[in-house]
Amino acid sequence: MTRIVAVVPAFEEEAAIGPVVAEITAFDPSIDVVVVDDGSSDGTGVAAAAAGATVVRLPFNLGIGAAVQTGFRWALERDYDLAVRLDGDGQHDPAELPKLLAPIERGEADVVTGSRFREEEDGYRPPLGRRVGITWFARLVSLLSGQRVTDTTSGFQALNRPGIELFARDYPSDYPEVEATVLLLKHRLRLAEVHVRMREREHGSSSITFVRSVYYAVKVTLALFIAMGRRYAVPSEGVER
Amino acid sequence: MTPVRISIAAAIGSALLILIVLELIRGRRLKERYALLWLATGVVLLVLSVWRGGLNTIAAWLGVSGYPPAILFAAAIMFVIAVLLHYSTVLSRLTDDNVLLAQEVALLRARLDALEQAADREATARPAG
Repeated sequence: MTRIVAVVPAFEEEAAIGPVVAEITAFDPSIDVVVVDDGSSDGTGVAAAAAGATVVRLPFNLGIGAAVQTGFRWALERDYDLAVRLDGDGQHDPAELPKLLAPIERGEADVVTGSRFREEEDGYRPPLGRRVGITWFARLVSLLSGQRVTDTTSGFQALNRPGIELFARDYPSDYPEVEATVLLLKHRLRLAEVHVRMREREHGSSSITFVRSVYYAVKVTLALFIAMGRRYAVPSEGVER
Repeated sequence: MTPVRISIAAAIGSALLILIVLELIRGRRLKERYALLWLATGVVLLVLSVWRGGLNTIAAWLGVSGYPPAILFAAAIMFVIAVLLHYSTVLSRLTDDNVLLAQEVALLRARLDALEQAADREATARPAG
């Protein structure tokens, strides 16, 4: 029996988190849901627990990267075979999970990302500023990884055991998904992308201002290149995979 | 040549720095590992201020012809930069440690909650007595 854990990072998502947990459980009751409450000041943790999730409550706000990593550490500690990651604001639909898990189950990938841009038909058009950033990182990561990557900011992911082990040990901080692709590459884990639909966020809005976007874009780009220059331990199973 | 009064003032200043750092270590308000760079700063500045011929020679090497005490400033600034850079690395390590601790506390707490809930359930299912 494959044990699956859903890791849901949440910060100030009191209104959204309950339905998110309920939806995952309704979709597949065998999936254990762990909500990482990233030091929220509202009732995020209580709402998640009420909906039946295990709540790992960080004592103060660590930021998305460290929150997600906490979830992967939980997955590792509790010995799960597979982990899926969904955002706490309800934009990821659990019904798409089988698509994410399929490449792992076929043994073709260690980490699978749900991309909004894999197929054109979808019609999801983010605002111009976001689109520029998303395209920039998609091109950059595609170039660095030598495979077509279309969505580097998606937090909708599935990981097998080696993926969990890697991210539990080492996970970047802001917009971690971009740098994480380089980590995967360096550790010779296989990344795959599948097309998924995402919902518009229902509660709150993406509160990232222009200046912050530029700051993050510069910072993450720098981090990418530095990460490329680092030496990483490659899983040593005798020979290279 | 370096004016004598500048040498005296600089020597007093650097000696004072060394004494303050030593006193802070003695009072356990400064750990040795963070004090070493400060002590090195004080010692180098003290040597450069007292050893007047040396200061002039170094200034001449570096092409500072008009005002040898500029070398004192340069040395002081370099050491301050080294100390600050060292602090940035210390700060980064502390940040990492802090994140790790917070995660560890949160994970332990979640396990404790689960254990307590299980124990409660058991206690209600099988009342003592």
